[in-house]
Amino acid sequence: MDRIIQTLVDAVSVGGLYALTALGIGLIFGVMRLINFAHGELVMATGYTLLALFGMPLPVMLMGGLATAVLLALATERVAFRPLRGADPATLLISSFAVSFFLQKTLILFVDSRPKGIDFLPLLGRQIEIAGVRLQALQLVVIAVSAILLVGLTWFLRTTRFGLQMRAAAEDFRMARMLGVRANRVIATAFALSGLLAAAVSCLVVAQTGIVQPRMGLQLVIIAFVGTVIGGLGSLAGAATGGFLVGVATILLQALLPPDLRVFREAFVFLAVVLVLLFRPQGLFPARGLKERI
Amino acid sequence: MNGAAPLLGVSGLSIRYGAIEAVRGVSLEVGANEVVAIVGPNGAGKTSLLSAIAGVVLPAAGRIEFDGQPLAGLALEDVVAAGIALVPEGRHIFATLTVEENLLVGATIRDDAAAVRADIDRFFATFPILGQRRSQPAGQLSGGEQQQLAIARALLSRPRLLMLDEPSLGLAPAVIDQVYVLIREIREGGVAILLVEQNAERAFSVADRVHVMSGGVFALSGTPAELHRDPRFDAAYFGIGMA
Repeated sequence: MDRIIQTLVDAVSVGGLYALTALGIGLIFGVMRLINFAHGELVMATGYTLLALFGMPLPVMLMGGLATAVLLALATERVAFRPLRGADPATLLISSFAVSFFLQKTLILFVDSRPKGIDFLPLLGRQIEIAGVRLQALQLVVIAVSAILLVGLTWFLRTTRFGLQMRAAAEDFRMARMLGVRANRVIATAFALSGLLAAAVSCLVVAQTGIVQPRMGLQLVIIAFVGTVIGGLGSLAGAATGGFLVGVATILLQALLPPDLRVFREAFVFLAVVLVLLFRPQGLFPARGLKERI
Repeated sequence: MNGAAPLLGVSGLSIRYGAIEAVRGVSLEVGANEVVAIVGPNGAGKTSLLSAIAGVVLPAAGRIEFDGQPLAGLALEDVVAAGIALVPEGRHIFATLTVEENLLVGATIRDDAAAVRADIDRFFATFPILGQRRSQPAGQLSGGEQQQLAIARALLSRPRLLMLDEPSLGLAPAVIDQVYVLIREIREGGVAILLVEQNAERAFSVADRVHVMSGGVFALSGTPAELHRDPRFDAAYFGIGMA
């Protein structure tokens, strides 16, 4: 029984991380049709900011990590993606690879390519006991932070005037602009929000692994991207759900597969992805707005 | 026209897509409180003309003035702020947003929340079916209801000029009747209208002046009564003798 609950908590916390990452990618895709592989470098940038600020009070580290990701997200939009706005998705995708490589290589050039250890939030590594079940405090924090961000973002998108404009722009960007929705403001906000999500994910991952390295965001982004595809590109709820499901599936496979097959758990995840796309090529929760009704 | 400066003035407008010249040196005026219709076959350049005025495409040549101010080169979101609203062909309703949210997006440029609320309530009073479905996704509406919603959404920016692109396209005749009742009401409310229609009879029923567009130029212009009698109308409309 303990084992089952521990595994479920583990699955939900990993699912939460992937959901937040997938949401960061989905937000940008929604307003710009850009699949932003450089999202992983936002995670990386926050990680190295935490390293640079290590030893400072916790709020300073958190605010610094957050500011770095948000400013970097806004800078990549302004410098790399704004000139390409309206370009076809393949061009945008390739330019996001370029931004991703550029940021990673710049970091390697000026810092180091080797992983560095950082003892970030060590208290969260402790086991705590709830109703007789031993759980890692960090996993509960991951679940709580994921839930708060998902609820907060949903609130922002559902109830604020600006959230409404973002949803309209995500569905039909040109029509939204024709009604007065400011393109630059909507896109910049989407990038800032994706930076915020990347920063949160980065803090949680660094606390979990105790390591920062140049490629720390890559694996996350690839899995999260798979999640957005499963969920249905262009639908934010779909992206979050897809990311969550992929994370949960990874952990459950880890727990359920026979030991000698565990090293292949990613292969099983991708097999599931292939099956989903074979039977539902538009994703599990496709964006209704992408199809035109006449 | 009453001699005063027109609300919208277009002169010598040309639009090119690569080697194709979709609109060739068109000039057009719409006065305040006037309804001007552009009719003509598919591919005549009607939608391109509206797109250039709305800022969607950049004209290759020509001037566009609104209320005496040059308009060409303004971004889409600045054109609506200047007072021009476009209801594009195919309506472009936000299908996942509710009916009410669609209307709220239409009021993006306004800061008077209470007056926006009143405008929305008045619209729901006029179209009770849409009022009952205010919390449903707009994608669930019928084609005619979506057209009414698209027009109402455009009106929420309180434009002085409303441009309608093929408002009758794909709708049943009885539904078109309702859409045209709405167009007449808008006109009585003091909003100028530039209407693009393939359905010439419908356009004639509301327009003060009509331009027949074919092959990128205005082949014929006049009041509906004049054009009805003009033996050249069919030739102009169907593009006989045109490239």
